[in-house]
Amino acid sequence: MHNIFSPQKLLKSKAISAFTAALLAIILGLIFGYIIMVVASPENSLDGFNMVLVGGFSRLGDVFYFATPILMTGLAVGFAFKMGLFDIGASGQYTMGMFFALYVGFMWKLPGSLHWVACIIAGMMGGMLWGFIPGFLKAYMNVNEVITSIMTNYIGMYLVDMWIQGNSVMYVPSKTRTSYLPGSAQIPSLGVANSNVNVSIFIAIAIAICLYIVLNKTTFGYELRATGFNKHASHYAGMNSKRNIIITMVIAGGAAGLGGAFAILAPSIIPGSSMTYEPVSVIAANGFNGIAVALLGNASPIGIIFASLFISHIQRGGTLAALFGYKPEIIDVVIAVIIYFSAFAMLMQTTVAKYFKKHRKNKKPESNANEDPVVTLNKEA
Amino acid sequence: MENYIIEMLHITKEFPGIIANNDITLRLKKGEIHALLGENGAGKSTLMSVLFGLYKPEKGEIRKDGKTVKINDPKDANDLGIGMVHQHFKLVENFTVLENIILGVEPNKLGFLERKKAKEKVLALSKQYGLQVDPDALIEKISVGMQQRVEILKMLYRDNDILIFDEPTAVLTPQEIDELMEIMRGFAKEGKSILFITHKLNEIMAVADRCTVLRKGKFIGEVEIKDTNKEELSKMMVGRDVNLTVDKKDNTPGDVVLSLKGVTVPSNTSKKDAVKDVSFDVRAGEIVCIAGIDGNGQTELVFAITGLEKQSKGEITLCGKDISKASVRTRSKSGMSHIPEDRQKHGLVMDYSLEDNLVLQRYWQSEFENKGFIKRNEIRSYAEKLSKQYDIRSGQGPLTIARNMSGGNQQKAILARELDKEHKLVVAVQPTRGLDVGAIEYIHKQLVATRNKGKAVLLVSLELDEVMDVSDRILVMYEGEIVGELDPKKITVQELGLYMSGAKRNVGKENEHA
Repeated sequence: MHNIFSPQKLLKSKAISAFTAALLAIILGLIFGYIIMVVASPENSLDGFNMVLVGGFSRLGDVFYFATPILMTGLAVGFAFKMGLFDIGASGQYTMGMFFALYVGFMWKLPGSLHWVACIIAGMMGGMLWGFIPGFLKAYMNVNEVITSIMTNYIGMYLVDMWIQGNSVMYVPSKTRTSYLPGSAQIPSLGVANSNVNVSIFIAIAIAICLYIVLNKTTFGYELRATGFNKHASHYAGMNSKRNIIITMVIAGGAAGLGGAFAILAPSIIPGSSMTYEPVSVIAANGFNGIAVALLGNASPIGIIFASLFISHIQRGGTLAALFGYKPEIIDVVIAVIIYFSAFAMLMQTTVAKYFKKHRKNKKPESNANEDPVVTLNKEA
Repeated sequence: MENYIIEMLHITKEFPGIIANNDITLRLKKGEIHALLGENGAGKSTLMSVLFGLYKPEKGEIRKDGKTVKINDPKDANDLGIGMVHQHFKLVENFTVLENIILGVEPNKLGFLERKKAKEKVLALSKQYGLQVDPDALIEKISVGMQQRVEILKMLYRDNDILIFDEPTAVLTPQEIDELMEIMRGFAKEGKSILFITHKLNEIMAVADRCTVLRKGKFIGEVEIKDTNKEELSKMMVGRDVNLTVDKKDNTPGDVVLSLKGVTVPSNTSKKDAVKDVSFDVRAGEIVCIAGIDGNGQTELVFAITGLEKQSKGEITLCGKDISKASVRTRSKSGMSHIPEDRQKHGLVMDYSLEDNLVLQRYWQSEFENKGFIKRNEIRSYAEKLSKQYDIRSGQGPLTIARNMSGGNQQKAILARELDKEHKLVVAVQPTRGLDVGAIEYIHKQLVATRNKGKAVLLVSLELDEVMDVSDRILVMYEGEIVGELDPKKITVQELGLYMSGAKRNVGKENEHA
C-alpha cells in the first residue's frame, strides 16, 4: 500500500532519522575535534586529523578487538535505557565480570575448549550479580538506580582490587598486576597478525541481535519498552514492574560482565603471556564509554553495534595520531569531544526531524494539509 | 465607529501539521462580556495564548484602542491591562492568599515588603467587587471557589481591565457558577471588558453580550446573544444539528457485580484520608454515576477499585470474589475493564502503535503470545477488526503511533480495548473529557449498550449533563464521602448542586443513628 521508497516515507521512518542524526552529531564532533588539533599543533593538524579519520582502517583487527567490550557495555546501558533505567553501573558490572572470569581462569582446572567458555559464563554471572543489586533496590525500595549504581561502581572496583591482591595465585606483587592466565582460559584468536581480535566479537554481535529480538519480538520486550515509555500505563495494564526492573538490570549487568570477561580473556599476541588486571583503584573507563556508545546508537542493539565500531575506530586512529607528535592527552581530548558530540545524537534526532518537516512544508505547503487528516488541534489543554 | 478595546485581526497560527488558528478575527468592546465558544480543539486556547504573548502568530495583528501593539510575552500583555484566569489555577499552594495576589508585583520600600499596604488594597478590592477571601489563609486550605476568587483578585490587583476567563465554571458547583456570573456582570458594569472562554451554551445565554464562535481553527461567526438561541449556537459550534439526549430504555438491574464495604483510601497530598468509609453496590445492567466536584476523592476511589493504589481499610468484591488485595492483572482477569481518567498517562503508551495499544490488556493471552514471542500477525488483524468495529480513525492504520491520533480516536481505542475484552464491570472515569460532540455521543451510546448487555457500569463524571442523562443512579461524593444517593429522574440540577457542595446529604452520618 505505501511505497516505502518514496522520499517522504523514508524521511518519516524512524531508523533513517536516527541515522541522519547520528551522522550529523559525528560530523559536528569531528569538526570540533579538528579545531582542537589545530589549536594544539597547527602544522601537523591535517596529517594528524587524517590519521584520526582513516588510521583505524590500517588496524582493522584492533578496531574490532577494542569495539568488543564497549559494544557489551553499550548494550548494557542501552537495554536498561529502553526500560527507562539509567545503568551508570556498567563499569562496576564490567569489573565484576572481569574478576569472575579471572577467578575461574586461575582457580579452576578445565579442559581447553571448556575452560574459556566457563570463564565467559562466570563473567556474565558476576555482571548479573552486580546488576541485580541496583535492580532489586530500585524495585523493592524505590532507590534511584543512578545513585546505587554509582555506589556499586566503587564497591565493585575496590572489592575486586582487594580480592585480587589477597589471592596469591592470581596476583604477582612484584609486578603489581595479575599473573598470566593459562592459555586454555583465553578466547581463541581470529589469527589476524599483530592483533588481539578474537571470536568474542562474534559472540558480542550475536548477543546484540538476541537483545534486539528480545526487545522487539517478545512479550517481555513489549512490557519492557512499554514501561520505559510510560510506567503509569504499564502499571495500569497490570505489568509486574518490580520483576521487570530486576530482570532488565540483571540482563544489563550480564552484558556488561561479558564485556569485562571478553576484555580480560582476550588472547595475547606474545606467546606465553596474557591480558592482566592491575588493581589501581580506577573505575573502568569502558563502562562509561558504554554510555556514549548507547547514546550514539540510539539505545538500539543494532545501532549500538555500529556505534561501538565507530568509537573504537576513532580511538585507534587517535592513538596513531601520536605519530605526528600529538600528546596522548590531546588525543584523549579530541576523542572525548567527538564522543561527547556523538552523544548528542538523540537530541539531534528531533532537530533533524523538525528541519525536514519545515523544509518539506516550504516546498509544497498544500500537501501538508491533506497528509494527516486525523491530526486535530490537540494543542489545547 | 465602534469602540473596540481589543481587536485581534486575521490571526493565523500554525503548528507542524496543523493550522490551529486560521484567519481568526476577534473584537472585544469596552464594557462587554464576550464569549468565545468552540469545542475542544477549536483553537480557543491557542488564540488566547497569542493574545497573552505565549505564541507568536504567523499572520495577523493585534490592536488595543485602535493602535497596533506587539505582545511578545505575558509581561507585555499585563502592561496592556490584559489578565487571565487560567483553567488550571496558577497559585502557590503553600503561600497565603495575599502572597499569591501580590506575587511578582510586591509593593516594597527599599526592598522591604510592605505587607500592610498590600493587604489594605486587597481588602478594598475584595469589598468593592464582593469577592470574599481571607488574605491570610493558605491556598491549600481554601475551597476551589475561593481559589478562583484569588485568581480574579490577582487580575484586579494588577489593574487589568481586560479580563480573560478560561473555562472558569468547570470546577464550580451550580451555585458557585451563579455567583461567578454575578461577579462578571459587576465587572462589565464597572467598564471592564471580559472574554469568557467556554463550551457551555447555558452560561453564554445567561451572561454574555456577544459571542465569537470557532470551529476546527476557523472563524465561524460573531453573533449578538439577544438575536440568537442555543440551537443556533450549538449548530455553529459543531457544524451540524446535535442531539445530545441519550436514548435509554428502562432496565431492571440484576445481581450485584461490584460491592464496596467501608473503603478508606489515604491521600497522597495531605494527611487526611481522600476516601472515607465508602460503601455501595453496582449491579449488572445499571449505570451508577459518581458525581461530585473535581478533587473530592473520586480519583482515589477509582484507584482503589482498579488496584492502582491500596485502600487502607475496607473490602471490595467483584462478582462475589474478594479482590481487596488483588493485583491489577488479577482484577482485569476477573472481569474489570477500566477506562482511565487520564488517557495519556494511564490509558495509552503514547509512543506505541495503535495495534500495540489495543492489546495492552491482552498481549499475554495465548491468542497473541506463543512461548514468550508476540504473534504480530494476529495482533495486526485484531487491530484492524477493532478499528473497523469501533470506527477508530488513524493515518497509518494499526501502525499509527498513538501520539499522532486525535483525542477522540485515542479514547475510542481505549474504549474498544476495554469493551472488547471479557468483562462484567466497566469503570469509566470522565470518558468524554475533552472530546468533541460527535465522540461524546458515540461514547455515551456505547456505555448504554454495554449496560443493556447486562454489564455493570460505574461512571465517574464531573459533567452535570452527563450525570443526569446517562446514569440510572447517582452517588454524590463530597470530601471523600458518599453524601447522596439520587435518582436522576427525580431531581433537578440545582438539587444535585446542593449535594455536590456538601450543603445537603441523605446518606452517611445522619442515617447512622437510624
